[in-house]
Amino acid sequence: MMLAGWGRYPHAECRVVAPRSREELLAAIGNEPSLIARGNGRAYGDAALNADATLDLRHRDRFVGFDDATGVLEAEAGTLLADMLDALVPRGWFPAVTPGTKFVTLGGMLAADVHGKNHHKAGAIGDHVESLRLAVADGSVRRCARDENPALFAATLGGMGLTGVILSARVKLRPIETAYIRQETLRARDLDEIMALFEASRDWTYTVAWIDCLARGRDLGRALLYRGEHARREELPDDRRAEPLRVPPRRPHRVPIDFPALTLNRWSVTAFNRLYYGRARPGAAIVDYDRFFYPLDAILDWNRLYGRSGFVQYQCVLPKSASRAGLAALLERVAAAGAGSFLSVLKLLGPGRGMLSFPMEGYTLALDFPADPANLVLMTELDAIVAAHGGRIYLAKDARVAAADFRRGYDDLAAFGAVRAAVDPGGKFASLQSRRLGL
Amino acid sequence: MSAVLILGATSDIARAIARAYAKAGRDVILAARHHDRVAPDVTDLELRYGITARAVEFDVLDTAGHARFFDALGMLPDTVISVVGFMGDQATSERDPQAADLVMRSNYVGPAAVLAEAANRMAARGAGVVIGISSVAGERGRAKNYVYGSAKAGFTAYLSGLRNRLAGTGVRVITVLPGYVKTRISEGLATPRLLTAKPTEVADAVLAAETGGRDVLYVRPIWRLVMAVIRSIPERIFKKMRI
Ligand SMILES: Cc1cc2nc3c(=O)[nH]c(=O)nc-3n(C[C@H](O)[C@H](O)[C@H](O)COP(=O)(O)OP(=O)(O)OC[C@H]3O[C@@H](n4cnc5c(N)ncnc54)[C@H](O)[C@@H]3O)c2cc1C
Ligand SMILES: NC(=O)c1ccc[n+]([C@@H]2O[C@H](COP(=O)([O-])OP(=O)(O)OC[C@H]3O[C@@H](n4cnc5c(N)ncnc54)[C@H](OP(=O)(O)O)[C@@H]3O)[C@@H](O)[C@H]2O)c1
Repeated sequence: MMLAGWGRYPHAECRVVAPRSREELLAAIGNEPSLIARGNGRAYGDAALNADATLDLRHRDRFVGFDDATGVLEAEAGTLLADMLDALVPRGWFPAVTPGTKFVTLGGMLAADVHGKNHHKAGAIGDHVESLRLAVADGSVRRCARDENPALFAATLGGMGLTGVILSARVKLRPIETAYIRQETLRARDLDEIMALFEASRDWTYTVAWIDCLARGRDLGRALLYRGEHARREELPDDRRAEPLRVPPRRPHRVPIDFPALTLNRWSVTAFNRLYYGRARPGAAIVDYDRFFYPLDAILDWNRLYGRSGFVQYQCVLPKSASRAGLAALLERVAAAGAGSFLSVLKLLGPGRGMLSFPMEGYTLALDFPADPANLVLMTELDAIVAAHGGRIYLAKDARVAAADFRRGYDDLAAFGAVRAAVDPGGKFASLQSRRLGL
Repeated sequence: MSAVLILGATSDIARAIARAYAKAGRDVILAARHHDRVAPDVTDLELRYGITARAVEFDVLDTAGHARFFDALGMLPDTVISVVGFMGDQATSERDPQAADLVMRSNYVGPAAVLAEAANRMAARGAGVVIGISSVAGERGRAKNYVYGSAKAGFTAYLSGLRNRLAGTGVRVITVLPGYVKTRISEGLATPRLLTAKPTEVADAVLAAETGGRDVLYVRPIWRLVMAVIRSIPERIFKKMRI
């Protein structure tokens, strides 16, 4: 069937295998000559596509164990983050790391070694994985942890499904007193201000900025910084204190049709960004975790806003020392092209963990572009800027980077390649992305 | 906590129903052939929803054993739902009477018998709900699946009669008529999006019917209209349509 990632670019006709039982799953891994795991398809590009066999893991979604004393959850890889939140927030536990959508699977989170707004404090999801079970090419299942198959463990976190299929994992959650976040919003007039705000907010658990990527000149880097802490019970408004872990359910809206790509252009985006920046109220607020972490999830299928031809999210990270210059160059280039997007996100990451894992210490910038020829050219220019500043591209977002540009960014590829050569010499696990990148 | 017994618990639809009921705070009993297969679901349901769940062995074809099956449960559940069904292969069923017999017993004889056993016990108690997952395929015999369809038709008629008989006893009988549902059975088929439900939609509709007091429900509701049209086509025209 026709499959794509969240950006709906590119599409590929893939044979989908959707095992229900563990036996069916292991049989598929044994029998298919070439395959890739797929979670909930929230990677933007071609990471979870394989024409020969794409293994849909969403039926493998059971909780296996939960320890109320330590907050360690063991679950099958297809378990949705949304389901973990539903079950565990009311009991006072929150994922140690969460991406900006809750519609991802546990396996997808591990395979991309996802980072959240607390990366500078908590690291990536891989830092909170106690162990995982991986089905490898020869059909066997290996338990991987820091002290058991450590190289395979490290390569699998961030390994984009290329070491095998994660069957289940044990992850540690963090205790919370309430389901709410104490949020502060601050305005930054330009790049220097937003970078200074990130530095000044280092002690905050969560920090993230929305950046107006169409602002130029004096306004270049104009942004809004959001920072947050898990609210304590006494910080809640009176009417919420009785049930501090309960969030009133929201009704999600759905985008019913593909928007004509025309609705997104330099003018509409500029107008939106002006409004967004101008309207934002600097100050403090108590917001529920859904609104703080997953604002976009309130609009189901929002990817259809970009029309049928889809879009690409461009996310890179630049080493800290090169971030000021690199960000300025990237933003200048994007603003000059007038190709900006509604959703431009800036964040300061902490140190990374190597292999294929994306984060490294420095600023990460994420921009959405409609997938049209002009933007595809623009992005190769951005690649050159990223490379010149020693940065790298995030595979979970990528749909188009050239192998050489990708490789320059990751210095640990030899180690990753060695693990793969040992565990999957025939190259059974492969995606459109891994083939494109020569991985 | 009031309990629901789900027969045919390995199916995608049953898994969704189990979660919907557990989420609503109901204890769950999962009944299946080789019930060790649903042991992971028992753990999952208990961990997620903090209810009590267990798995029991059950074969719908063993009609002689149904009474013993209920005796062995040690209690009579408040709600009993049969999700059991077997599509078979139409072409095989056309030629091979044994194959057709299995389809008929799996969709009609077995499910009717087990729900009757449950309903009779509930009538003695004076309260309970039995729910049968039948199919719109039973609304009219079609060349493509009439063996399965005829069995579902029998099941639907049986449920209707059972409901009629038990009205006023405190026992409710609910007939569920799904159209297309995306499950392991129908995965490969390209069915119209508007007419195709997810297993969770069936589950939510079943739970809503139990709480809301419906007798017969189509999932999705548009199927009521679709089937009304299909039923209204005169036989002399219908026979040439081969749909
Ligand atoms: C709105 C939005 C916001 C996002 N925000 C963030 C963010 O803040 N931070 C961040 O880091 N990411 C973010 N992402 C990206 C997302 O978290 C990752 O792409 C994640 O991998 C998606 O999980 P999935 O279950 O949908 O996996 P898929 O998209 O289906 O697969 C992604 C990759 O994981 C592999 N994979 C999936 N399951 C398994 C398994 N069981 N075993 C082995 N490999 C497997 C696939 O092969 C593929 O390479 C965001 C995405 C969206 C749409
Ligand atoms: N999918 C659709 O489009 C659709 C549409 C309308 C109605 N329905 C009905 O919905 C129900 C579930 O269907 P599904 O699509 O989820 O298909 P399914 O996976 O084949 O479900 C059938 C279930 O019945 C069980 N079963 C079969 N024979 C049994 C027996 N002798 N004893 C005990 N259990 C038995 C199966 O268990 P095993 O695992 O042991 O085989 C399975 O759990 C069925 O009644 C079906 O007719 C489905």
